[in-house]
Amino acid sequence: MTEQGTTAGPPLLEVTDLVKHFPVKSSGVIRRTIGQVQAVDGVSFSISKGTSLGLVGESGCGKTTTGRVITRLYDPTSGSMKFEGNELATLSRKDMMPYRREIQLIFQDPYSSLNPRHTVGTIVGAPMAIHKTMPKGKILPRVQELLETVGLNPEHYNRFPHEFSGGQRQRIGVARALAVNPRLIVCDEPVSALDVSVQAQILNLLKDLQQEFGLTYVFIAHDLNVVRHISDRVMVMYLGHAVEVATRDELYLEPKHPYTGALLSAVPIPDPSKGRARAKVVLEGDVPNPINPPSACWFHPRCPRFVEGHCDVETPPLYSFGRDHHAACHYPLEHWPMTPEEMSRPGARAAPEDAG
Amino acid sequence: MTGVLTDTASGYQDPNSNAEEPFLTVENLTVQFPTYDGLVQAVTDLSYTVRMGQTLGIVGESGSGKSVSSMAVLGLHDVKRSRMTGSIRVGGTEVIGASESNLRRIRGNDVAMIFQDPLTALHPFYTIGRQITEAYRLHNKVSRSVAKKRAVEMLDRVGIPQPDRRVDDYPHQFSGGMRQRAMIAMSLVNNPRLLIADEPTTALDVTVQAQILDLIQDLQKEFGSAVVMITHDLGVIAEIADDVLVMYAGRCVEKGPCKQILTHPEMPYTWGLLGSIADVVGDVSKPLIPIPGTPPSLLNPPTGCAFNPRCPHKDKVPAGRCENELPELRQGRYKDHFLRCHLSDPDQVFESEVKEVVM
Repeated sequence: MTEQGTTAGPPLLEVTDLVKHFPVKSSGVIRRTIGQVQAVDGVSFSISKGTSLGLVGESGCGKTTTGRVITRLYDPTSGSMKFEGNELATLSRKDMMPYRREIQLIFQDPYSSLNPRHTVGTIVGAPMAIHKTMPKGKILPRVQELLETVGLNPEHYNRFPHEFSGGQRQRIGVARALAVNPRLIVCDEPVSALDVSVQAQILNLLKDLQQEFGLTYVFIAHDLNVVRHISDRVMVMYLGHAVEVATRDELYLEPKHPYTGALLSAVPIPDPSKGRARAKVVLEGDVPNPINPPSACWFHPRCPRFVEGHCDVETPPLYSFGRDHHAACHYPLEHWPMTPEEMSRPGARAAPEDAG
Repeated sequence: MTGVLTDTASGYQDPNSNAEEPFLTVENLTVQFPTYDGLVQAVTDLSYTVRMGQTLGIVGESGSGKSVSSMAVLGLHDVKRSRMTGSIRVGGTEVIGASESNLRRIRGNDVAMIFQDPLTALHPFYTIGRQITEAYRLHNKVSRSVAKKRAVEMLDRVGIPQPDRRVDDYPHQFSGGMRQRAMIAMSLVNNPRLLIADEPTTALDVTVQAQILDLIQDLQKEFGSAVVMITHDLGVIAEIADDVLVMYAGRCVEKGPCKQILTHPEMPYTWGLLGSIADVVGDVSKPLIPIPGTPPSLLNPPTGCAFNPRCPHKDKVPAGRCENELPELRQGRYKDHFLRCHLSDPDQVFESEVKEVVM
């Protein structure tokens, strides 16, 4: 399953130079645009059928915005999104409808994403009614089938969301996403609101469903452990940019970008002998304001291996490090794991001819 | 700067300050809330101690009673709406049944708390500086300007840039990590002996989480205070705690030294917790082993062992025992290691069945 990520067929979704800026308006009667929140600023990636792409990053890095643009909940400012070769970015609402069936979403908060006044049957049946994929009489049996697929009691279609626990609600959300047989599901932090013991249940369910129905996932999470368990490829985002894209194993074992390294070293390990022994790279400060991002390399104000006169002048392209591994850093990490001292010593420059 | 921090501004001197004597002693604590639906048994028969300079980690899922038990230490439960029995002694002073004025003397002075969500725990109408000075002036008779100087020092100590300017900012002008730092500054302003951190990093990103955990550890080293760290993240526990207490359905189900609990636990619930966490270093081809089912309702917890409906090792115990008989907290294989389980030889089950799957 690890190899699927790189070799399986043509991409299901291909995103090129995706940009989403939100205007910042002045107060007063004439609300002029006085700035742009550069939420997503030139992100490119592709996902093959039946694989999962994980999007990780700190809050405010644009991962959720990316997910919402893919599903066209937001209209992209520019860039292209090709779903099986068909351009989605410029479609009208009406023309988008058939694709909405193919691309579904699972939301973070299972409490606010289910209408409290609707029964589970109505909630899970709604996509089928909207897209008219089922005659009315057949919706209920299909709902029961779906509830059973996600591990709920099919007799509970008549209950309301408040009668279910957090994990069960998230299962309802999964059932709703599956209702119209989508091919791509964007999971936006699907387990971060759940208890650890229940997180594992939902992660296993998502994995099983992927195998059973050949689903493709875009998996958005801030928890690197969770992303590692479900993704074939991982994209690390920072300030609206992809700073590193690689297969899962490469990203976790041989990260190249200092930001990825810092993220990995910050994750607590539940084993005191391993966790406390390692030297952590602790980043200073916070993510900069996306209205006014830093010049050149977006990470340079916090980067431990910042080189003055280069990193803040020349924007790093996505350098290539072997097949399917790209990182946007002029001074990539030589090896991993690394001590903070090694990390703060910039090594050899990335070879520009490898840029790609 | 440190000179002001290290003097005991409160004037509090524990006459029997003895490193061996626990600063916080909780004995047979039971907290119940009467509701229209019945009695919620939030915490039942909980006992633990924390010595100065030591960190106790309390782990458990939501609704396991970990926050309720530590709010009881600060006397934060409304006496009219809760029933508390047992004993909580902070530096020799009994908290349960103490008058409101006595509690006020303890709160923020001897014991301080860091809450999970800094945005809701800070008042949006008042500047950060005003909120810190309020906490300081409540326990120290000083002028506003002295208190403000102290607030600036504290903000500087917790790593907020330009503290003399940021002290006049409002909470919404701070980022999530900075708000949490400001909260820590506020809780440490009176040099508390005991710091209770209730999920202090759950709302934060990993990079900021690492910063905050480092900060708490540094401050603990500097002041030698006792820390109670409440979290559901075993990774955080592994980083920071000396002792661990695992809670389930309001009871302690296992407690002991951090290293032993995380590497050689003997209670099926702790096994389940360790097996269900996705790990950044472990083997990914191994599927996660979730604990089946969901945590029980505390309105009518299961009879016998509260974990029995979800326990995969129930069949190894003579029939009916888990359902009918509450296991006592008994000595585990290590010193200071206690667990609540009917398994006759949990160590053998761990070695033969659980270890390779979980670890």
